Amino acid sequence: MSTQPTFSKADVLASVEKLHSRSGAAEFWSWRYIILRRITQLGILLLFFGTAHWGWQVAKDVPLLIGNLSASKFIGLIPLTDPFAALQIFLTGHVLQKESLIGAAVVLGIYFLIGGRMFCAWACPVNMVTDAAGWLRDKMGIQPIFHLPRTLRYFILVATLVITVISGLAAFEWVSPIGMAHREIIFGLGMGFTALLAIFLFDLLILKHGWCGHLCPLGAFYSLVGKTALLRVRFDTNTCTHCGECAKICPEPQVLNLKKLDERGYVFSGECSNCGRCSPICPEGSLKFDFKPLIRSHNTQARVHADAIAVQRRTR
Amino acid sequence: MAEKGLGGLNPSRRDFLVKMAQGAALAGTGGLLWDYILRNEARAAPYALRPPGALAEDDFNAACIKCGQCVVDCPPKILKLEPAGGALPIGTPFYDARTGPCIMCPDIPCMKACPTGALSPELKKIEDARMGLAVIDIENCLSYKGLRCEICHRECPLKGKAITLETHPRQTSRHAMFIPLVHCDACTGCGICEKACPTEIAAIRILPHKLVQGKIGDHYRLGWTFDTEITEDFKQAPQAAPSLTPEPGGKPGGLDYLNEGGL
Repeated sequence: MSTQPTFSKADVLASVEKLHSRSGAAEFWSWRYIILRRITQLGILLLFFGTAHWGWQVAKDVPLLIGNLSASKFIGLIPLTDPFAALQIFLTGHVLQKESLIGAAVVLGIYFLIGGRMFCAWACPVNMVTDAAGWLRDKMGIQPIFHLPRTLRYFILVATLVITVISGLAAFEWVSPIGMAHREIIFGLGMGFTALLAIFLFDLLILKHGWCGHLCPLGAFYSLVGKTALLRVRFDTNTCTHCGECAKICPEPQVLNLKKLDERGYVFSGECSNCGRCSPICPEGSLKFDFKPLIRSHNTQARVHADAIAVQRRTR
Repeated sequence: MAEKGLGGLNPSRRDFLVKMAQGAALAGTGGLLWDYILRNEARAAPYALRPPGALAEDDFNAACIKCGQCVVDCPPKILKLEPAGGALPIGTPFYDARTGPCIMCPDIPCMKACPTGALSPELKKIEDARMGLAVIDIENCLSYKGLRCEICHRECPLKGKAITLETHPRQTSRHAMFIPLVHCDACTGCGICEKACPTEIAAIRILPHKLVQGKIGDHYRLGWTFDTEITEDFKQAPQAAPSLTPEPGGKPGGLDYLNEGGL
């Protein structure tokens, strides 16, 4: 590394100023991932709902998307199964049928190879609730009552599996507010919405990002699964002024440890849900979605470019 | 090395052990509570009428992924998923025979939709399904009152096998009775009879087998039914036929156990 980037207060203030003086159009453009995520989250729900209630099909007797997030079948062909649910059912001692095993492999493959922890930010309906709670919490400036370690979710993940073995019931599936919400939107209302309300209030008043960031074992599961996935947020250390706006908006700010990111060149933690909030907010454009194999070459080019600028400055 | 504290204790090791104990206690308490919630939720399983091919209740509870594909694929749309806070185990499919009975589709689409095998593909013919058993409340059944109702018999998809009519001639002053009888070797528990029953609250109802069916046990030997295997036993080994007076100290035969022990 030829030049170590330096950070001055003036640069930081300039970055923040740049962010706050964005035009309305630029401001709106910065919501693009949030809008896309709501479209996918609600769209998935709509596809399920339309197939269940309005008989949506791609051909005669070929339903479009049947089931819910636990297990489903797309265009009568591709089975999709929640791999965490399948794992729990396997641990109860039930021998799963081939269809659900293929489905679990498909979903697992998508997140393991490409998406990372994308499920949480792009598919899970509870994310809309916790995002709303987090947004309102920031607006209201609510202080936390207590702190919990973010590693708690991994212990809950282990507990889920242990209790599944002990009780002979898929421990998380029987209490999951994600399952409740999805099932009850598609198949009829019940008390599941009180679980969503509880999560909303917990996230709003008790612990910031409490459910998704501290407790949910499914999120923990996908954090582990998606650790090595290809889709990543690239970090360009040359343009970053360390203004910290990204970490302020990130629901998992521990993944934006800039010093460590500098070494790797991308957000490497599996806990990053690829929600895309940091990328549009960054005033310098230092955080962008990219695929892992492309990141290294990009960063090398950027470094060469930055070196050239530094040389120019020195010789001037 | 950490220095030794009072009484030769190693403070850092002590802290570590206490932390471990605290963590274990937390996990244990939480785990017990979680386990209790699960078992409590699953407790109502014996009351549910499940789609055809459903595994025995514990296995079904374990295997069902709560995806609702059986619900969507059910042609008469009678299946529902139990919402949270309901009377039946959460998220699992069931039907209510009085409002929506199973119409016994020959191709069993609900079972085919099941991705996990909670609705077992071993069910090849819908007539072999055992979703529940029709039970008649003879105090409120119109047929038992001497009325010519028999609607359940007429509506039964396995008429003559699952429900038969038995005539009870009576004295001239009263009607003869045509009494429906349910046969558990043929009744699938579809519930069409319960739906059709004209009484205000159905007098014929579908209940899960576990709640209604008794078991005779192996120790009763019906000597007058000459085609039973027990009689065969007697034929093969007539010398082993039990005598009415048990030998002192000897083991009594199957027929004689009632004579033992001062009964």
